[in-house]
Amino acid sequence: MIEVQDLAKSFGAVRAVAGVSFTARDGQITGLLGPNGAGKTTTLRMLYTLMQPDAGRIRVDGIDAALDPMAVRRSLGVLPDARGLYKRLTARENIEYFARLQGLDPGRARARCTALIGMLDMAALAERRTEGFSQGERVKTAIARALVHDPRNVVLDEPANGLDVMSTRGLRDVLRGLRAEGRCVLMSTHIMQEVAVLCDRIVIIAHGRVVADGTPEELRERSGQVNLEEAFMKIIGASALEGLA
Amino acid sequence: MSGRAALAPALVVFAKECRESLRDRRVLLNALVLGPLFTPLLFLVLMHLIVGRELEKAERPLPVVVIGAEYAPNFIDDLRRQGMAVRPPVADPEAAVREQNADLVLRVSPHFAEDWNAGRPAQVELICDSSRQELRGAIDRLESMIENYTRRTGSLRLLARGIAPALLAPVVVATRDQATPEARGAMLLGMLPYFLILTALLGGMWLAIDSTAGERERQSLEPLLINPVPRAQILLGKLLATALFSFSSLVLGLLAFLAVGHLLPSDEPGLALSIGPGFIVKALPVFVPLVVLIAAAQIWVASFARSFREAQTYLGLAQLVPLVPSILLMAVPMRPQLWMSAIPIFGQQVAILHLLRGEAVNPAGIAIGVVVTLAATLLVFWLTLRLYASERVAIAG
Repeated sequence: MIEVQDLAKSFGAVRAVAGVSFTARDGQITGLLGPNGAGKTTTLRMLYTLMQPDAGRIRVDGIDAALDPMAVRRSLGVLPDARGLYKRLTARENIEYFARLQGLDPGRARARCTALIGMLDMAALAERRTEGFSQGERVKTAIARALVHDPRNVVLDEPANGLDVMSTRGLRDVLRGLRAEGRCVLMSTHIMQEVAVLCDRIVIIAHGRVVADGTPEELRERSGQVNLEEAFMKIIGASALEGLA
Repeated sequence: MSGRAALAPALVVFAKECRESLRDRRVLLNALVLGPLFTPLLFLVLMHLIVGRELEKAERPLPVVVIGAEYAPNFIDDLRRQGMAVRPPVADPEAAVREQNADLVLRVSPHFAEDWNAGRPAQVELICDSSRQELRGAIDRLESMIENYTRRTGSLRLLARGIAPALLAPVVVATRDQATPEARGAMLLGMLPYFLILTALLGGMWLAIDSTAGERERQSLEPLLINPVPRAQILLGKLLATALFSFSSLVLGLLAFLAVGHLLPSDEPGLALSIGPGFIVKALPVFVPLVVLIAAAQIWVASFARSFREAQTYLGLAQLVPLVPSILLMAVPMRPQLWMSAIPIFGQQVAILHLLRGEAVNPAGIAIGVVVTLAATLLVFWLTLRLYASERVAIAG
């Protein structure tokens, strides 16, 4: 479970995140929806302890990120915005490298790697060097890398970015699989369709603040709209929707 | 493998950086073949050129156009024995020299035999262009041949009259010219420590860039830093890998020297290079801390860059830094003193130079060098760590 309370972060005069609070529960997919520049990536970067928040609290499975960032990193699987691979290593070697950095011994690293290659349907790619991988193949490898230590919580920053239709469908199956295993899945996106199809809970962010938080049904009820897109429009106003797809 | 405990993260990073680099042909070629071969081959060629040219100049027959050789056959014969090669006369020697069709012309006066027999100074003319730098040696040589003949004959004449020839030489100058080929070779030798350091620099450069600026450029730094591993461990792994490549390059370079060593004109005094297995062993305590410092500095400098190319530019400039003490040592030859050991890079260059000449090096100096260099390495490492602690570096782009 991931709990975020009153998170704030400024870059100079720009308030990128200005008081974001939400909870992402186990066994659910939580969607962080917002236009480009709304503060989604900055929120996630603070969550996975790459950035220090100016204010606010983050707890992952009850552990305070400010007090024990290493423990938080161990309990998180992260697909960050930057998802570069080492092109002279094979997909398997890329994944195993991160397994070893997560502290897995060589035997377990190998076993986990093989399991993920099976789960993500990557057998044909595994022994190939990642140079020349397609966008979809790269994202698959990066997801395997993020999940290699079997984390309870999975954080994905715009996972569908750059993926074609087939890869996007494959990604959805993977995320549903993680939810079925009882994990806490938190993903950010600016694509409304993604959240509509996948998410159990939606947190809408605009201008660094949470403007709505609830299940798709709740959001529809609150706005009195049947269509989810219309519901969003009603809730946050057209201005905040600029940049949403 | 499977039962073994997890390695320290630094070693995991180290192993991965090495593996990745070994897969790149460019790296292998540069760090392990071209880099190590460059210095020995450069020295081989330069030494032969310098020494060979000087020797050749001193021993090669000196071509001189001689006009009127028939007036002084004994004189010309003597010069020929001293190394002059007689060339056939030309019609207008002054014009020939001016137009550079002839380098040196010796004209014997038709009255030579007459003056000679009368005991008067017999005249020969040397027609040459002293503004031509490359002829200075040749002109001096011909003049000294003539001088030589004149002195010998003069002495004989005095002896025939019962006078000691020494009376004519109240002062004798013995010039000890330091610009001998040996000295020039020694100057070249003074550059050798820099070239050895350059070999180490080139050996680790690629890895230092790829594992820092390269990580940022290919957007793999952020995922790497999200792992539950202290950044000091990650940087330590990268440092060790860079230092290993740097060190391998250097050792291969020294072995290449060992291999071509007997081809160097080392029989010339002052050029004797003592690069043998003994040198390599003795130089290790000098080189190892230096290589680690170089690796740390390369990683630090490359970490400021956002792209591979940018880092290459920075490191290219940084390569010139170790050149400063080398030039200083060449310009102002200094006796090795203990305080020099306390300056990283400079101290090592002094020590290596003396080891190369087969001279003893003060062990206290080496110990000071090790301590100071490791301290400098820690400082640079700490600066790098501070850089990576900032959010600006951790986040790609």
